[in-house]
Amino acid sequence: MSEEQKSTKSRRIVPIGPYHPLQEEPEFFKLIVEGEKVVDLEINLGYNHRGHEFISPELTYDQVPFLVERICGICSNSHPFATVLAIEDCAGIKPPARADYIRTVIQELERIHSHLLWLGLAGHFVGYNTVWMWAWKYREYVLQVFEMITGNRNHYAMNKPGGVRRDITREQIPEIEKAMDVVEKKVWMLTNAVLDDPVMRARLEGVGILTKEQAIAYATTGPTSRASGVPWDVRRDEPHAAYDLVPWDVIVFPEGDVLAKTKVRLLEMIESVRIIRECLKALPDGPIQARIDEIPPGEGIGRTEAPRGEVFHYIRSDGSNRPLRHKIRAPSFMNIASNVVAVRGGSIADAALTLAAVDPCYCCTERMAAFEDGKQKFTWQELLRLSWQKTERLKEKYGK
Amino acid sequence: MREAEARFKEKFPGVEVFEHNERRLYLRIPREQVTEAVKFLHKECGMRLSICTGIDTREGFEVLYHFSEDKTGTIYTLKVLAPKDDPSIESQATWFPACDWIEREMHEMLGIDFPGHPNLVQLLTSDTDWEKDRYPLRRDYERRAEKHEE
Repeated sequence: MSEEQKSTKSRRIVPIGPYHPLQEEPEFFKLIVEGEKVVDLEINLGYNHRGHEFISPELTYDQVPFLVERICGICSNSHPFATVLAIEDCAGIKPPARADYIRTVIQELERIHSHLLWLGLAGHFVGYNTVWMWAWKYREYVLQVFEMITGNRNHYAMNKPGGVRRDITREQIPEIEKAMDVVEKKVWMLTNAVLDDPVMRARLEGVGILTKEQAIAYATTGPTSRASGVPWDVRRDEPHAAYDLVPWDVIVFPEGDVLAKTKVRLLEMIESVRIIRECLKALPDGPIQARIDEIPPGEGIGRTEAPRGEVFHYIRSDGSNRPLRHKIRAPSFMNIASNVVAVRGGSIADAALTLAAVDPCYCCTERMAAFEDGKQKFTWQELLRLSWQKTERLKEKYGK
Repeated sequence: MREAEARFKEKFPGVEVFEHNERRLYLRIPREQVTEAVKFLHKECGMRLSICTGIDTREGFEVLYHFSEDKTGTIYTLKVLAPKDDPSIESQATWFPACDWIEREMHEMLGIDFPGHPNLVQLLTSDTDWEKDRYPLRRDYERRAEKHEE
């Protein structure tokens, strides 16, 4: 028996899915393991494709932002934001300055609530349910701000070609600032709690490493690449809205492990609070919408930095009131593919955490809806148990 | 002229360049040069592939490779046209993992063939009963409402 045959013989497949062990969205990971060690990964997607790119050319430019808003409930500002940027790029329109600032505020609020959501789930997953409860409790402040400004906790419907639909009034500004003070204080508390805890560090450090070369080859975006030392951030690289008008920093860590991804997200929230404060301080007076008469034939590309990375929308117009082609690329489409290299060489107990560390969003990747297909292999509880057991072992080791 | 644009023109003299605005550049090249051009933009100019877009047009299937030059914030879009009777474009997934999934998606949604792709199977409809020879993003795609009415 050759060496290769011997090694394939000892391989086993651990199925995860078609529900994600952490976020319970439909996708299917086949972990190929030798003993405890993960040697390979196969990813199956497409349990319910919704066909947004197919529906979009049937709608008018005013309706398209409402459609793409429903791609994802968490990034429900990023997609319409990128769409209107693409339409404005095609037509050569510049929205009024006040609209630019309001768009920036909404986009950064979205980043805070999305990163808190991820932090809570990551905490739950390593067995720290207090982190989960706290993170989601403080996320509530952000959602209340959304409700006050837009009338909705999600699906804000703020963007339209040429501007925004709703204004931020003078009375709302102190309320937003008050909420930001609370969020900033609590994010610092969570950051210190997570980074000072030896068990937490032991669970996250050196786990699921994505090297800089791999991040570039897989063209990952957002916190996934910034935690691998690749300083790509569309907000800085292609300044749009008010991102080049207020001071803020791009957070980059070189390690590439789950701890680095956590640190990037935690510190980005602090930067988001800073951006929001600066925008509210500098909010110029004036109209919030520009008039658009027609969209000329041509092409337009719009992109913005969603919580998970670059959202990319391409629109081709034939001069009518509907797009001829609308291409949507969500960040998870690139990030999930990099799991194949990040998960290799790790243990099964760490696999589910590594897979979740890119903050995958399947509804973005496939534009799909959750459904029961009757043949799921429900192993996520087992994986959760494995992960919790590892944390318990570490707790004993550190005498906690 | 931008540095990468000048180098690209020098390397590919046959390129047609359209400048939409200072941050959006479209480069049309013949189908035969696609691998060389993608390699040039990614490896020598250090650009990141944002995504590819496949479009069914009257002239044929157009595939756009959107490259982002992050240091200047410019998007270089490489345009390649494949004729209707031979919709195939050389695969880049063999050396560039970022192309893997999107080539599979274009294959199943538009029916464009990518010879050389190591695993050209359905990505988004793999586990469904979707018919493999029906391509929803083609212009001649017909909705089959009758299936539900029966």
